[in-house]
Amino acid sequence: MSADPATQEPVFTPARRAHLEQLAPRYPTRQALLLPALWIAQRAHGWVTPAAIEEIAAELGVTTAHVQGVVSFYTMYHTHPVGRHFIQVCTTSPCHMCGATKVVEALLEHTGCIDLGAPSPDGRFTVIEVECLGACGFVTPMLIDDDFIESVTPDGVPELLARYP
Amino acid sequence: MGWPHPIHPGETPLLSTHFGEVEARTHAGWVARGGYEGLRQALTMTPEEIVAVVKASGLRGRGGAGFPTGMKWSFMPKEDGQPHYLCCNADESEPGTFKDREILRWTPHALIEGCAIGCLGIRADSCIIFVRGEYTEPGRILEAALAEAYAAGSIGADAMGSGKRVDVFVHWGAGAYICGEETALMNAIEGKRGNPRIKPPFPAVSGLFGMPTTINNVETLAAVPPIITRGAAWYAGLSLSSPKSTGTKLISVCGHVRRPGTYEITMGLPMQELIFDLAGGMREGRTLKAVIPGGSSVPILTAEEAATCITDYEGIAAAGSLLGSGGMIVMDDTTDMVFQIMRLAKFYAHESCAQCTNCREGTAWTTRILERILRGEGQASDLDLLLDLADNMTGRTICVLSDSCATPVVSGIKKFRSEFDAYISGARAPVLQEA
Ligand SMILES: Cc1cc2nc3c(=O)[nH]c(=O)nc-3n(C[C@H](O)[C@H](O)[C@H](O)COP(=O)(O)O)c2cc1C
Ligand code: SF4
Ligand code: FES
Repeated sequence: MSADPATQEPVFTPARRAHLEQLAPRYPTRQALLLPALWIAQRAHGWVTPAAIEEIAAELGVTTAHVQGVVSFYTMYHTHPVGRHFIQVCTTSPCHMCGATKVVEALLEHTGCIDLGAPSPDGRFTVIEVECLGACGFVTPMLIDDDFIESVTPDGVPELLARYP
Repeated sequence: MGWPHPIHPGETPLLSTHFGEVEARTHAGWVARGGYEGLRQALTMTPEEIVAVVKASGLRGRGGAGFPTGMKWSFMPKEDGQPHYLCCNADESEPGTFKDREILRWTPHALIEGCAIGCLGIRADSCIIFVRGEYTEPGRILEAALAEAYAAGSIGADAMGSGKRVDVFVHWGAGAYICGEETALMNAIEGKRGNPRIKPPFPAVSGLFGMPTTINNVETLAAVPPIITRGAAWYAGLSLSSPKSTGTKLISVCGHVRRPGTYEITMGLPMQELIFDLAGGMREGRTLKAVIPGGSSVPILTAEEAATCITDYEGIAAAGSLLGSGGMIVMDDTTDMVFQIMRLAKFYAHESCAQCTNCREGTAWTTRILERILRGEGQASDLDLLLDLADNMTGRTICVLSDSCATPVVSGIKKFRSEFDAYISGARAPVLQEA
């Protein structure tokens, strides 16, 4: 998927640069734009590419090494291409106690993913387990791309996945 | 109200009154419900007056530590010619805690108003609301509300026509529980790795961008507008127990209850009532085994301890635990305590920022020993080893994440030792396989 032409394009098109610069007056430093810039890059390409890291470093006047250090710290930034739809399921204790592992099994089965973290053979899905999503009363909660979904049951998985072609 | 359930007669809806009402999310809907009156009044007050009211209300931080909010605000310097910052902590990631999300989702303007009043109280020009990256829906609702609040002139260059400037905006996190720690949160905003900083200096002296800063939880700030409009005495009078625990508290109840959700109680409600009446009690045929009352970092209570426990700061402390964030994890008799404690340790091992050796090594090692016990490979000496490790992880690191990992292990071994012994002796079949 790294051959995807979209990832070859620069992050900072005039529109995306304008988006970033709109945030600049909020902060006394350029470096404070780093997390927002990484989000812009990830939304543009689906993941934070090495080229995007260089671009952001130049844009904000920080070193590439600093950007790399930050990217690796925050778990929501992808440093590799992921499936078209990225599924993050909570399996921390409160969810685990109420059956989250069954939901994970159903997700693997119905997406065809061989394993957690590995994109499905058709490139449509990647499923990972994550820690507490802050919705522990709505077991099992998950994120599919930017959609926060509550109270998923194993039986509900096929219908849910059908919404993500 | 006990979102997603109707209001229970045992509740005291204050912050949760409008949960579930879609119109309350809009600026007009909020104003129609009496919103922005607190800010209007605060705009006519001096910072000292605002801080005095909050102090007198007895409001304490709802993010976990329970520090008196008015006192925290009073630590901020007066006119010192430097920018001041207010950070609102919307990183809500402590297992069991899911109450701030309902404020963000249902009454975002209550929070915006609270943030604006907080700015006036501590002489800050701007409040940065740090929202965890996973809260896509709550964060978007908040951003939409902020746009409306600016458009209506409630905040911005000339807040409510007062001539005073108050800016409030969102800074998105990107996954990392540790960013809920206040100094890590400031690093995240500054565009750095979210490593906690060594204190002192304390944030009120040198915080965000090296400037005087106050950090408050979402629920703390959302409680401020009604305190301004209805007065400190009214808020302080909301208590069924100790004068040190005032007002209402959102308790998010999860785990093995029939009606998991966020309930708003007057401080001092018996825990028994909360679990069995409000949250509906145990499922058919089940009995209560244990309660983690304040988010996963606080000591585990047995059913017996919970039976007589009063839900407020002092009551839960007297029972041997902490009110913490108000994230309550309820466990019935089907719960494998060893497994769940391992799973919590794994959470902390995953979330350690790895700066401190005792935390980095201790959380990982604790998890490995607990996994070994669950594989049926534990040794009689393992429990002492775990307690020794826990001792080395407590009070010795830059932040308390390390202590938080040790807490459920220590209280778990103390109170549910026979379950650990059963795995170690082979009386209980292993539940984990060789990795
Ligand atoms: C590891 C760790 C995680 C924390 N996570 C949160 C959090 O998600 N939300 C929060 O409000 N406070 C959190 N806190 C507490 C904050 O550091 C801080 O005390 C709090 O936001 C202050 O607000 P308050 O005085 O209004 O409670 C955390 C603390 C630690 C040590
Ligand atoms: S205690 Fe753990 S999480 Fe806290 S600063 Fe040290 S290593 Fe990081
Ligand atoms: S433990 Fe799953 S959302 Fe909190």
